[in-house]
Amino acid sequence: MPANLKIGTGLILAGSLALSACATNAPEELPPQPSGTGTSTSSQPSSSELGLQQGSQADFVNFTQGADTIYFDTDRYNIDSEDAASLQKQAQWLNRYPNTRVTVEGHADERGTREYNLALGERRANAAKNYLVSLGISPSRVNTISYGKERPVALGSDEQAWAQNRRAVTVTVN
Amino acid sequence: MKSALKLLALATTMFVALPASAQEVQEAPTIAAEPVATETAPAAEEGGLTVTVSDESEWQDLGIAITSFATDRDVPTQTNAGSTAALGRAISEVIANDLRNNGLFKPAGPQGLPQPQFSEVQAPDYPVWQLRSADMLVQGYVRQQSGGNLVVGCYLYDVALRMELAKAGWVVSAGDWRRAGHKCADLVYSRLSGESPFFDSRIAYIAETGPKDRRLKRLAVMDSDGANHRYLTSGQATALTPRYSPDYSKILYLSYLNGQPSIYVYDLQTDTQRLVTRSDNPTIAPRWSPDGRWILYSMAIAGNTDIYRISASGGEPQRLTDSPGIDVGGSFSPDGQRIVFESDRSGTQQVYLMDADGSNQRRISFFGGRAATPEWSPRGDQIAFTHIAGDLRVAVMNPNGRNMRHLTDSWQDEAPTWSPNGRIIQFFRTERNSGKTSIWQVDLTGRNERQLPTPVGASDPAWGPIRE
Repeated sequence: MPANLKIGTGLILAGSLALSACATNAPEELPPQPSGTGTSTSSQPSSSELGLQQGSQADFVNFTQGADTIYFDTDRYNIDSEDAASLQKQAQWLNRYPNTRVTVEGHADERGTREYNLALGERRANAAKNYLVSLGISPSRVNTISYGKERPVALGSDEQAWAQNRRAVTVTVN
Repeated sequence: MKSALKLLALATTMFVALPASAQEVQEAPTIAAEPVATETAPAAEEGGLTVTVSDESEWQDLGIAITSFATDRDVPTQTNAGSTAALGRAISEVIANDLRNNGLFKPAGPQGLPQPQFSEVQAPDYPVWQLRSADMLVQGYVRQQSGGNLVVGCYLYDVALRMELAKAGWVVSAGDWRRAGHKCADLVYSRLSGESPFFDSRIAYIAETGPKDRRLKRLAVMDSDGANHRYLTSGQATALTPRYSPDYSKILYLSYLNGQPSIYVYDLQTDTQRLVTRSDNPTIAPRWSPDGRWILYSMAIAGNTDIYRISASGGEPQRLTDSPGIDVGGSFSPDGQRIVFESDRSGTQQVYLMDADGSNQRRISFFGGRAATPEWSPRGDQIAFTHIAGDLRVAVMNPNGRNMRHLTDSWQDEAPTWSPNGRIIQFFRTERNSGKTSIWQVDLTGRNERQLPTPVGASDPAWGPIRE
């Protein structure tokens, strides 16, 4: 999704509406983070420097630096090289904390019908899960859930917002 | 919730044989199992009543005077409309609004019209209505029974012919008084148009509040005119895609109650719900068979969604589709023999048919763009669906996939649901950027489109059948 990454900068400048839900200051080269739990700066301090609990969601977000989320083209669910790099980063962290479990949340943009988007989100979440499993992560550690188009992170109705919403987000399970 | 149960428990309308004269109305009515006047065949040779289904223009122009329903004795009632006299006026307002809001005929009244006396209900003062240029006249009465139930009589007259065209009477509980109005509107509509009735029906839908990224979605129900509105869930768990059972006793819907999206059967009589099937896999897109004996749902296993069928009383689910694509939804033909559903096995969402046992699967939509959420008309002659080609629009096609026609043209209209008589389609419209949703309806000409009144945002309408 190189195109998606390129528009990230423009979004930060122009998409104040889209970003209002995000509490984070994402690095310019990365898309805005969908969850409000992350703390990040461009210098990427270690979790211990930040006082984050090891193996926690905050630790995971800090470690992955935006790679907790992968993005998809319209109606697609394939893992491209950008997604693969993000999932490898996630797998790195999962290997470091073998007792942790995660849920991959699959999402779709608003430009589809509700039920199909629920099925599509499930398919995307499973694509991410399968890639993690192919990297050696036990399938029992990875749950999936689909929110379809019900939980957008970017609130606009334009191509940039939709690109941000077609995503699979990995979150830790407590 | 409690009141919803009460409503349904009391919802047994009885038809009564109407007395031949107002004098006999004073007597206890004979309770009959059948409506007195339900003939819907148009009287072709009678002036002003010639009706063809394909051309609605003639009957649409009929001017109908709807008068306040009279009462034999103005006494307090247990309804929220007041005394029997006030109730008579309220019932005629229900009738007039049903016709007016749906763009049917040219209704007038009850405001501004003469109020017939009780004794006039069955003996209209025709010259008065001829002077007012009314083509048709609706009169009626309200009478309270000793137990608090109400007897409502409804009469339709042809003013030029000075002739009674139809009559019917109902006994309704106080909480159900509006149904008498809907039944009367249905009688008038059916008699004059030749179509099946649809006003006395209910709608389940999803009430939406809050901003786009934190929207509360609650299961809600209402009458076809938006009255008797009730929320069934609190909104703590996102609720989606309800479907009324054909007998209105249950609602199928999706809830995130246990984390994973799962289909529940909500029992309106016991105020309880159960999972359609126990599974760790997500279940979505619930549907009833026309006879209420079967439930369709879609389940994703390892990301692959297929359609399943299970008996409404439980048992082993049967898998109907097995393509590696997304197979989802499903809508039975009125005879229950076939199912129209959505699949992206060809690469994009398209509409497919299969037999009710899953055999003979074949694609029917071949007109460009994507085709989603197919719903078979209760008449069997059309399939409504969401056509996605840039914007999302509601469209219809024949069951063989031909004669596709758009009925709406907006930024995002989706999820059509049919009126009980297959003449009107409801759907929900999403506003660009804000994501605000609202329920709309459109007739099969595509010309008469209007928004339904709902207290808050509204999506996923599911129109139930005509009530018995």
